[in-house]
Amino acid sequence: MDLDIATLLMVDGITTGAVYVLLAIGMVLIFTVTRVIFVPFGDIAVYAALTLSALEAKHAPGTAALVAAVAAVATLMEVTSLLRHGKARAVPRALAFYLALPLAVSGTVWAASGTDWPMPVRIALAIVAVLPLAPLLDRIVFRPVADASVLLLMIIAVALHFALAGIGLLCFGAEGVRTQPLTEAALTFGDVLVSGQTALIVVAAASFSLLLFLFFNHTLTGKALHATAVNRLGARLVAIRPERAGTIAYLIGSLLAAISGVLIAPVTTIFYDSGFLLGLFAFVGAIIGGLTNYPGTALGALLVGLLGSYASFFSSSFKEVIVFAALVPVLLWRSIATTHSEEEIEE
Amino acid sequence: MSSSSLSTVRDAVAGGGGSTAAASRDSAGLSPAAYRLGVIAAVALLALAPLVVQSFTVTLLNYIGVYSLAALGLVLLTGIGGMVSFGQAAFVGVAAYATAWLTTRHAASPWLGLAFALVVTGLLALVLGALTLRLKGHFLSLGTLAWGLSISFLFGTVEGLGNFNGISQIPPVSLGPVLLAGTVPMFYLIWSVVALSLLLAANLLRSRMGRAMRVLRGGNILAESLGIDAFRIRLALFVIAALLAALSGWLEAHLSRYVSPTPYGAGPGIEYLMMAIIGGSGTLFGAVVGAAVIALLKNAVQDWFPVLFPGAPGQLQVVAFATLFILFLQRSRDGLVPALARFLPTVRRSVPPPAAPLARRAQPTRGEVLLSVDGVQRRFGGLVAVNGVSFDVRAGEIVALIGPNGAGKSTMFNLLTGALKVNRGRVIFAGEEISSLPQRAIARAGIARTFQHLKLRPHMTLLDNVLLGAHPRLEAGLVAGALTLRRDEEARARAEAMRLLERVGLGDRPFERAGNLPLGNQRVLEIARALAADPALLVLDEPAAGLRRQEKTALADLLRSLRAENLTVLLVEHDMEFVMGLCDRIVVMDFGSKIAEGRPEAIRNDARVQEAYLGGVV
Amino acid sequence: MPLLEIERLEVSYGRIRAVQGVSLTVEAGQIATVIGPNGAGKTSMLSAVMGLCPARGRVAYDGMDLRDMDVEERVERGLCLVPERRELFGEMSVADNLLLGSFPRRPARAVIDRGLEEVFARFPRLKERRTQRADTLSGGERQMLALGRALMSKPRLLMLDEPSLGLAPIVVREIFVIIAALREAGVSILLVEQNARAALQTADVGFVLETGELVSQGPAAALLDDPRLIATYLGGAEPLPIPVRSKSSTHSIVDMS
Repeated sequence: MDLDIATLLMVDGITTGAVYVLLAIGMVLIFTVTRVIFVPFGDIAVYAALTLSALEAKHAPGTAALVAAVAAVATLMEVTSLLRHGKARAVPRALAFYLALPLAVSGTVWAASGTDWPMPVRIALAIVAVLPLAPLLDRIVFRPVADASVLLLMIIAVALHFALAGIGLLCFGAEGVRTQPLTEAALTFGDVLVSGQTALIVVAAASFSLLLFLFFNHTLTGKALHATAVNRLGARLVAIRPERAGTIAYLIGSLLAAISGVLIAPVTTIFYDSGFLLGLFAFVGAIIGGLTNYPGTALGALLVGLLGSYASFFSSSFKEVIVFAALVPVLLWRSIATTHSEEEIEE
Repeated sequence: MSSSSLSTVRDAVAGGGGSTAAASRDSAGLSPAAYRLGVIAAVALLALAPLVVQSFTVTLLNYIGVYSLAALGLVLLTGIGGMVSFGQAAFVGVAAYATAWLTTRHAASPWLGLAFALVVTGLLALVLGALTLRLKGHFLSLGTLAWGLSISFLFGTVEGLGNFNGISQIPPVSLGPVLLAGTVPMFYLIWSVVALSLLLAANLLRSRMGRAMRVLRGGNILAESLGIDAFRIRLALFVIAALLAALSGWLEAHLSRYVSPTPYGAGPGIEYLMMAIIGGSGTLFGAVVGAAVIALLKNAVQDWFPVLFPGAPGQLQVVAFATLFILFLQRSRDGLVPALARFLPTVRRSVPPPAAPLARRAQPTRGEVLLSVDGVQRRFGGLVAVNGVSFDVRAGEIVALIGPNGAGKSTMFNLLTGALKVNRGRVIFAGEEISSLPQRAIARAGIARTFQHLKLRPHMTLLDNVLLGAHPRLEAGLVAGALTLRRDEEARARAEAMRLLERVGLGDRPFERAGNLPLGNQRVLEIARALAADPALLVLDEPAAGLRRQEKTALADLLRSLRAENLTVLLVEHDMEFVMGLCDRIVVMDFGSKIAEGRPEAIRNDARVQEAYLGGVV
Repeated sequence: MPLLEIERLEVSYGRIRAVQGVSLTVEAGQIATVIGPNGAGKTSMLSAVMGLCPARGRVAYDGMDLRDMDVEERVERGLCLVPERRELFGEMSVADNLLLGSFPRRPARAVIDRGLEEVFARFPRLKERRTQRADTLSGGERQMLALGRALMSKPRLLMLDEPSLGLAPIVVREIFVIIAALREAGVSILLVEQNARAALQTADVGFVLETGELVSQGPAAALLDDPRLIATYLGGAEPLPIPVRSKSSTHSIVDMS
């Protein structure tokens, strides 16, 4: 491998790494606030990419119908539970939040799908289309078992991934898609040619990370979210509702996932089931960062991007093996480095 | 899992035999003879099955058997040991590929393939376990997901393993001159292996090592305080689970005569977990039930889905399947077998008969210094929790360590029992320095402890909880446990545990679950467990907390009678009244330092003690 | 109308009954204290009032039955708990911890700033450490931060669980002076303490809890002179062991009416 190839691989690695950064930060956000290791996170990114591709082809994206269906189920569950606990006065608010808002989103996307919109509108539509999914799924799938162990939540999350991948096939078909490039521009740094797409991905990742940082440090909502992650009981004692914090975490997480899906779709062919590996790679990065710390997570995700890039140069078929195998020593190092308090696995 | 649910599990195996007795389950339960008859009847029924049912059903039964083996491994690992693994499918795959490779590329006998598969899988599990089993909770599970995926990707990428095409034309197994090709012969092979594995696993769980495995979910501190090497037990469980997966993989390879990468990826990994959880991950027979439910459900979804939803794509089956699983986890986390077991009779158990006592350790002579704490210091960050504390405990006395909350008593307690390490100073027990020893070595040296926040195994019987204490005094290992080779030792241990239960006043219901006892009884049960270790020093952490007045009196009487037998007791207490009437000497701590030491009357009249311990604003 | 009314409260964990039929009331403007040994059910009682654990019986706050109210709504209505473990946001700054204390009312920035100034005036040490992470504070400072965070929500009933736990005597004194000052500022307080003497010296009324049951109650000053309490919790005069008294005789020492 000469220097040119090494540089090329580095640029490539940083590009995919930047996408993983967005995904990994979203996962960490969701995990710290809700304790759910949201394995189907990659599926959300893939849904955004496939929705964008459907909009480009002027098809009605399956996401619209899916959001409507999921919203109906979530509304049914929420309203039933409210009535059962004698809280009828909270029903209108639930209807607005769980039914009207998602239906407005899916209706807009559905109505807009036949028209030839400029690219920024299409992208915005694709991103908005998938936003309600994770918060609604949280209500349906995770909230009934909110007191369960991290492990049980994770098992459920894995099962949810299989369901979402299956639904993805139903909504979008088995064909792989590549969306139109976001920009044709190219930049050169010395001898290295960097495509505008690559630059865009890196800039987007950096700026959204910065936005998130500002959100956490300078808004009461951001601090409340952080507080929920740090100490759930403490948060409840100052009237921060963990469920509501969870919903916000899912929304922000979905936004990051959708953006990364839209960014990656022009450079990689996306299939209905690409989400699993995409999510897992990002997840490896999150684990390197310890699952709780954002700068570490970003660094870990970049590392995974680079590792994957160099690994696929040596043997493309062993890329996954190498990345996942690299996780074992990382986990080992983490378990030695951090002094765990006794974690009981009581039934 | 308690042995009571184990026996109901075995009743569930009995099937028809059990249901007739279900009507009279208000009586004391099934007699052991009736239970044995039930098992024989069930085995006979199963053996006759291929003669009655269609060959398609036999095929289905074969796969249920194969899956149950891998699921059984997970039940042990996850349900008993509390380690959730997504990597079981990878182990099944390693074994399947191992035997496939050896029997096709080198024309070896499938039996040689079995040995090879077991060795390769076992060694791999040993290495992976040694690397990852120190991880905690979900990190451990993530680790299994990672190496599980790595291994499954390897199957598809290694040239010699046929890439994505896999390996075909695997020879059938032959038993002497008989070729076990075809569904029915394989049926007998598979289900013999399943039955044998269930039997050995059930034996193991009832043995000394099995009890140690059932402690793991109570946390490391509990296991280590009982002298159990938690890591080694974890590793043993992990390898056993992998070997069961290997049996499953070997059978699957020679049943379908073909291996390919798909059945060993992430999807099947979670499917095995589903089987274990749906069946009831704490019950051995849950593995078979879970495997059957998943196999039948998959079959039913395949059959009925096109009928119910004509024209719907096949992928919706996965969605339906995943949805059902999520619903199941939301509604019933304990699984089917525990829910069904309530309707089945239990097997009547008899109180352990008297037997020769276990060997006892030489107790120190009354009056000599047994424990010596010498200038011990412990810091947490900038906070000095215990600051240069020294005191002695002499053999045959009851000493109390008291002080207000936050005085450093609990830290001191943890330093003595090895749960924390001292920063400076020494702890000397029976002439040996123990400050640097791991917790379990201190326990084995003769210091037995109880916990302020009780650490009993709520689903185990009182008898089993007490037997846990005797772990270091017994020798039976894994093999001896699975084959019940040390029946004499076990009988003696059980008799001793029974004696101790009677001694603390719980002898009337040895098979009750510990979790069903009121707090006061749970406290003395912990003391009985500590006594089962035959300790030289008994260290009790706030034994009177939450007890009623009469219970405190009874507890004090028990401690006095132990002192009369030359046992030394150190207790950390908050309750002044309890301590004053009971102890020979009292050590008072405040703000990490010892502020007084002496006989109870002297302590009560000490001005510094009154100021520190009893408080006051003005 | 009493500010807090607890009637026949029962809390159980599995077979363990932590609180058994406790009834007590706290009047507005009072400091009421609950004393008793470890494991007597004091913390369980507070958790039940806060809605943190399932319980039977009736809890009314300001005349409202709290049954269908979740924890957060209770906080929003001015019921505030400072638990034994303080439950601070360890990796956030002192100022952020205080800021989040105002979350139940979500007030305007100016109101928050005024609240912060009040807390800093009461706890000058917190002002010095405002940018420091909460988990780097000393035990006494943590208790002050926990109190300060609670005060930011302008509570009507402040429930304190073992505020003196693990603190040096000089700090304990400081904390109790602050608690007494809070009553003067119009906050009603339910104080759970093991430091019985300090608690009774500060409080208006006292309740004694043992193994989940109320065994004695009355004006704090009267309880301070109760011979059995002196022997068990306050140390000193009486020779030991103490004769077991029947529950009725301890009840008759002082009557609340």
